[in-house]
Formats: sequence, C-alpha cells, structure tokens
Amino acid sequence: MVAHLVRLKLTLLRNSLRRSPWQIVGIVFGALYGLSLLVLLLGALFFLSTTDPELARTAIVLAGAAAVLGWALIPVLASGVDLTLDPARFVTFAVPLPQLLAGLALGGLIGIPGVVTLLAALASAAVWRHSPAAAAAGLLTALIAVFTCVIAARVTVAASTSLASSRRFKDVTGLLAIIPLMLLGPIIGGFSSVSNAGEYLVSLSNTLSWTPLGAAWSVPGDIALGQWGTAAAKLAIAVVFLALLVWAWKVLLVRALVTPPYNAGARRKGGKLGFFGWFPATPTGAVAARALTYWIRDPRYGASLLIIPLLVVVLLFVNNTGGTVVPLLIGPLVAFLLAFGLTADVAYDNTAFALHISTGVSGFADRAGRVLACAVFAVPTVLAATVLPCVLLGETDLLPVLLGVSIGTLLSGLGLSSVVSARYTYNVPLPGENAFKTPPGSGGRTALVQSLGMLAQIVIVLPVVALAAAAVVTGSALLGWLTLAAGVVLGAVLLLAGIRIGGRWMDRRAPELLVAVTVNK
Amino acid sequence: MTDSLPLETPAVPAAPALAIRGLAKRFGEKIAVNGISLDVPAGSFFGLVGPNGAGKTTLLSMATGLLRPEHGQVWVHGTDVWAEPLKAKRLMGVLPDGVRLFDRLTGEQLVTYAGLLRGMDRVTVAERVHDLLEAMDLTKDAGTLVVDYSAGMTKKIALASALIHAPRLLVLDEPFEAVDPVSAANIRDILAGYVANGGTVIVSSHVMDLVQRMCDHVAVVSGGSLLAAGTVDEVRGGQSLEDRFVQLVGGRTHSEGLPWLRTL
Repeated sequence: MVAHLVRLKLTLLRNSLRRSPWQIVGIVFGALYGLSLLVLLLGALFFLSTTDPELARTAIVLAGAAAVLGWALIPVLASGVDLTLDPARFVTFAVPLPQLLAGLALGGLIGIPGVVTLLAALASAAVWRHSPAAAAAGLLTALIAVFTCVIAARVTVAASTSLASSRRFKDVTGLLAIIPLMLLGPIIGGFSSVSNAGEYLVSLSNTLSWTPLGAAWSVPGDIALGQWGTAAAKLAIAVVFLALLVWAWKVLLVRALVTPPYNAGARRKGGKLGFFGWFPATPTGAVAARALTYWIRDPRYGASLLIIPLLVVVLLFVNNTGGTVVPLLIGPLVAFLLAFGLTADVAYDNTAFALHISTGVSGFADRAGRVLACAVFAVPTVLAATVLPCVLLGETDLLPVLLGVSIGTLLSGLGLSSVVSARYTYNVPLPGENAFKTPPGSGGRTALVQSLGMLAQIVIVLPVVALAAAAVVTGSALLGWLTLAAGVVLGAVLLLAGIRIGGRWMDRRAPELLVAVTVNK
Repeated sequence: MTDSLPLETPAVPAAPALAIRGLAKRFGEKIAVNGISLDVPAGSFFGLVGPNGAGKTTLLSMATGLLRPEHGQVWVHGTDVWAEPLKAKRLMGVLPDGVRLFDRLTGEQLVTYAGLLRGMDRVTVAERVHDLLEAMDLTKDAGTLVVDYSAGMTKKIALASALIHAPRLLVLDEPFEAVDPVSAANIRDILAGYVANGGTVIVSSHVMDLVQRMCDHVAVVSGGSLLAAGTVDEVRGGQSLEDRFVQLVGGRTHSEGLPWLRTL
C-alpha cells in the first residue's frame, strides 16, 4: 500500500509532464534550480567539513532550522503545492491509517524540494567524517530532520485546511499568512544591524539548537565536540517532536477524513447590486462593476494588491541608509505593479470568460471595463504614492517629473496589459484556490510572458523616462512640466491604442482565448 | 479525416432555428465531432442525446460560437454564427456545460451582469432578474454568492443568465444535471411555455425518459457522428426511446454480469 501511494505520486508527476511542453520546461527549470541549490549546499558543506566544528555546527543548525521552518510555512501560503496526494481524495478507499500516513510521508519526498532536502541533509553527515560516531549519528538525525520537515508541512496544511471550514475564512487566512513572511527579512535585517552579526548568529543558533527546529541538526556537531549529554538531550527533543508531529497529523487526518471540505454561509436575499449600481448600465460599465467586485472579493486579486504595500515596506527597510531616491521611486513602481497586474485578468476569469463570448460583448467594452475597474483604485493610489513621498521629503520641485513618470507608466501599462491579456495567458491559481499557489510546471511560460511584457513596458515608457532624466539632470522646471504633460498625453494615447488593439484581437480570437484559459485548469 | 466529411456545398436554409452543416473538430488525434449536419426546426423542442463522450458538448460549443470548428458552418435563423457572431449571439441563449461562472458575484448580480453585457437597459434587466429569480425559486438566495450555491442552484442561475435577453433559440447543455425534481418540473414548464410562444429549445441529455417526455424532436449522436435525427416518434419507431438508443449506439454487454457481486 505504501509503495502504491508512492507510485501514484510518481505517475501523477509523469502524467502532468505529458500535458504540455510548458510543463516540461517548468520542471526542467525547477530541476536546474534545485540542482544548482544542491551543488551550492554541497560546496558549503564541504567547506564546513574543513573548518572548526563549532562553526560547522552553527551553520548547519541555522540552515536546518530555516529548512524546517520553510517546509512548515510555505505550503500554508501556497496551500495545494502538493494536493496531488490530498487526503480528502482517499476518503472512499479503505486505506489503513498507518499505511496512509507512511505513504503520504514518503510521497512528500518525491519532487524537487523533497529530493534536495533529503540529499543535502544526508550530505551534512559527511561534514563530521573525522569523527565516525558523529557521522553515523548525522545520518540518523538527517533522516529524523527530513521527516520532521515533510510531516511538519503536512500538519500545517492539515491544520489550516481543517480550521478553514468556511470559504471566507479560507480567503482571508491565505492572504494574511504572507505578511509575517514578507516582513521576516526586514525584521532579521533590523536585528542584525543593531548587534554584532556574528555573535548574534551564534547565540541564535545556540537557542535554536534547543528547539525542535534545530535540535536534530545540532546532535552530530555536539557529538563531534564531545558533548555527549547535550547530544542525547537534543536527540530526545528531536524524536519527541517528530512523534508529536506524527500524532497531530494523525488526529487531523482522521478529522479531515470525516469532515466535508467547507460549509456554505447563510442564505441571503437579494436587492444589493453593489458596484453594478455605480457604473453606467452599459457593457463597459458592467464589466467594470464585475471586475471591481472581483478585485475586492476574490483573494487572488487581493493577493496582488497586498504584495504592493508589503513591497513598499520592505523597500523602505532595505533603504535604511536614508537616501531619498528609493522613496521617491515608489510612485512609478506602484504604478507599474498595478498596471501589470491586469495582464492576468482573463486568466483569472478561467472558463467563466465563456459568458463574455456567448453574450457577444465587444472586445473594446471588455478591455475598457477591466481598465476602468483597475483605474478606480489605481489612480488615487498611484497619485498618493507619488505625491506623499515628495511632500514628506520636501522635494516638491521634483513633483511634476515624478507625476509624469508615474501617470505615464500607469496609463501605458494599463494599455499594454489590455493587449497582452487579450492574447497571451499564463497559468494562475484557479478560482477558489489559494492565491499564492503556483500552478505546477507553469514557470516557463509565465516567466516568458511576464518578462517580455515588462520589457515592452520599459520600452513604451522610455520617452517619458528620458524626459524625466533630462529634467532631473538639468534641473529645468520647464522640462519637469514637459515630463508631466508627456506622461499624461503619451499614456492616454497608448492606453486608448492598447484597448483598441486588445479589443480587436479579442473580437477575432475570443474562442481561442477561451481554449487557452481552459487548458490552464 | 477530411475524406469522411460531407463536402457538398450546403444551401443556406431559410427556416431552421439552427442549421449545422459538416461540423468537425478534433483534439490532437481524437476526432470529437466527425462532420455532423443537422437541422433544428424553428419552434421545436429538440433533444440531443448520446452516451458520455459522444461529442455533444463539442458540437454545441461549436454551434454557439464558443469553440471554433475545423470544418463546417452553422446558421442561427439564417445568420452565420462564425461570419456574423455578434448578430447570431443576440438570437441565442446559451447554457454551456463544464464552464465556470463568475461565482464571486451574488446570484442576482450574475444574472444582472449577463443582461447588462448584452446591452440591455437597467430597468428591463431589473424586472427580468426579479421574474427569473422568482421562476427559478432562487429569490431567497439572491444575495448569496454563487460560489456558495449547491450544484442544482448553480445550474438554475446559469439558466436564468441564458434567458435574460429573451433569445429566439435556447441551447442548453445538460440543463437538468443535479437539479431537484421540483425545480426540474418548473424549468420544464418554463421551457414548454417558451416553445409554445414560438421559441426553439435544444437540450442535450443522456436521460432518455426526460427527452421522450419533453421533446418533440431528437437527434442521436455517438462517437462524433449523427446516428439518427427527426421527430421523436420517427426516431424511436414504436419502441421506447431508451431501447432504440441502446440499439443505435450499441455497447450493451450480454454477459452474466458480475457473478461475485452479490450479498450472501
């Protein structure tokens, strides 16, 4: 039975490769990435084996704890990374629980992250090759640590899905969980800048080695340093934690197997048309109302919005030297991100897009409505993100230049997105799925469409940027105002052209577009 | 594959609500629809039956402008669907099978959306949305998000979206799947009234009983080809539609069944 589950996972992986060449490209990229990471890790481990064991222990504990934490947290943010072996799918098969657990745990190792973690963990034992006892213990603790990783991932996923019994809860938690992760960098950065980084890391490693995150990783180092008592204590911590994890997983799994996926909310009478009452009763207005409703209600859109303020916070943290360049560039950056987010719009619709085809809505109305919905919140946001830093930093003479670049970027970007999304779709999470899930094997095409799109964006906004650069270099107020005018005029022209071209493409190729977003499922 | 297609030039038929000539489509190696020609008379209640995977959905997708055919042409009341799509789509109401809805809208918003997309004015849309929700027994759930609807309610709200612009031809792919018997009977009444007033309905189904009771015309599709078409009485020729269907499609096994499948 265990072998069956492992084989099932392998078959699913192989079949997913057969679906499209892009899947293979994605997997190859993933494998190359995994391989280079592995080579890097092995190199680092070899270096550690030649240095003093204290340093080696510190490094391994830190890296190992990060691996456990990553395994535990990332799947929650990207829940469904590994739904191929979703326990819910085994409900109707009477698989004995211990075998189901063993099969799912081993199945978790199949895949690039699993293989890299396993190989790197086993290789870490070789660091202690000068001390046979430590090396032998290292092999054992490597296995303990790897299964701690895999099962921790299972437990956090099971816990979050069984907590999330309502759709609304599910929508929100997926989004909120990303916040601490995004802020992790600045927080650690803040710590390391206040104290001596080296000492801080050693003490962090010492603390972690007594927690379940780092205990297993620390055991061989302790043995090599002759601290047998400490080693035994930490081994006990690691084993007990793994046992606790298995028990928790079992409890959650048993509960998941008898609980339906989610309960619907209460019935609600109609009468509230929301944004449909705001916009004019035209096809364009209807598309705008629908799109704006989705920007607010669909967590996949919320995700792309949430990333923006977080990115700004991270940027400001990184920029703790106090320069004015980074804060001033926030406006254009936000404009770019908001406008580019629209490229995924049709892909987000998925097959619901069929309604647009069967109602015969014109491509122009479709494009214009989506742009309108985005503009409703993008224009004030971009204006605020441009004006506020300028005013706060007292750089008001740069305001026209920056406004020109921001507005030019936003408008031309919306035009570009209108063209791109009418033709080039890429894989996005399906409706109702976790907003941060990356569909498997989608890397290649997504990267291609996105990077070409960004390149095009830079090219079309180049005239405005060139004017802006000239204005900043010469300090000429006239050039500054010219930048603003150019940004508004060029942006508006490109926006209109984008909507027209995209609309015409959509009129001609709507059925093909529907096929493309259907393949994404 | 082109050899097997009927290649005679079809004359544009004046009368039929839906005229299909030589429609064909393949997915990779698999031929999903292999040159089907079919007339759906105006004012008929037309059943399209066939086993799973017969190509019903592919055929209807091509006939309604959702999937571009490799060969063949389609006319809705004389308007070529693929040459003048906007004009043809005004005449048609479509309930596709296996596509998602904009399910983060409430039921009321979704039907309103369908009406507004078709360029109807706000007052008419509001009146019709109210009537449709009433008829589908969804008034109490009008403000619930479609994503929280049951399968049957989702079918009904999609049907309401297809009806809002009072089309001359309704193309419904599996409209009764997962719909409870009471709602199904209500929907049948609505459709029968619509046909009595001059509308044309095409439903695909694999429930033969339903088709025999509800429809006046029927076409049998299997393996991407048309096996029989005509009035229900012509096609079934004295037998029940189900027996005639099994006879046409084949595939009944006459073995002993599963001898071990019994309780003691």
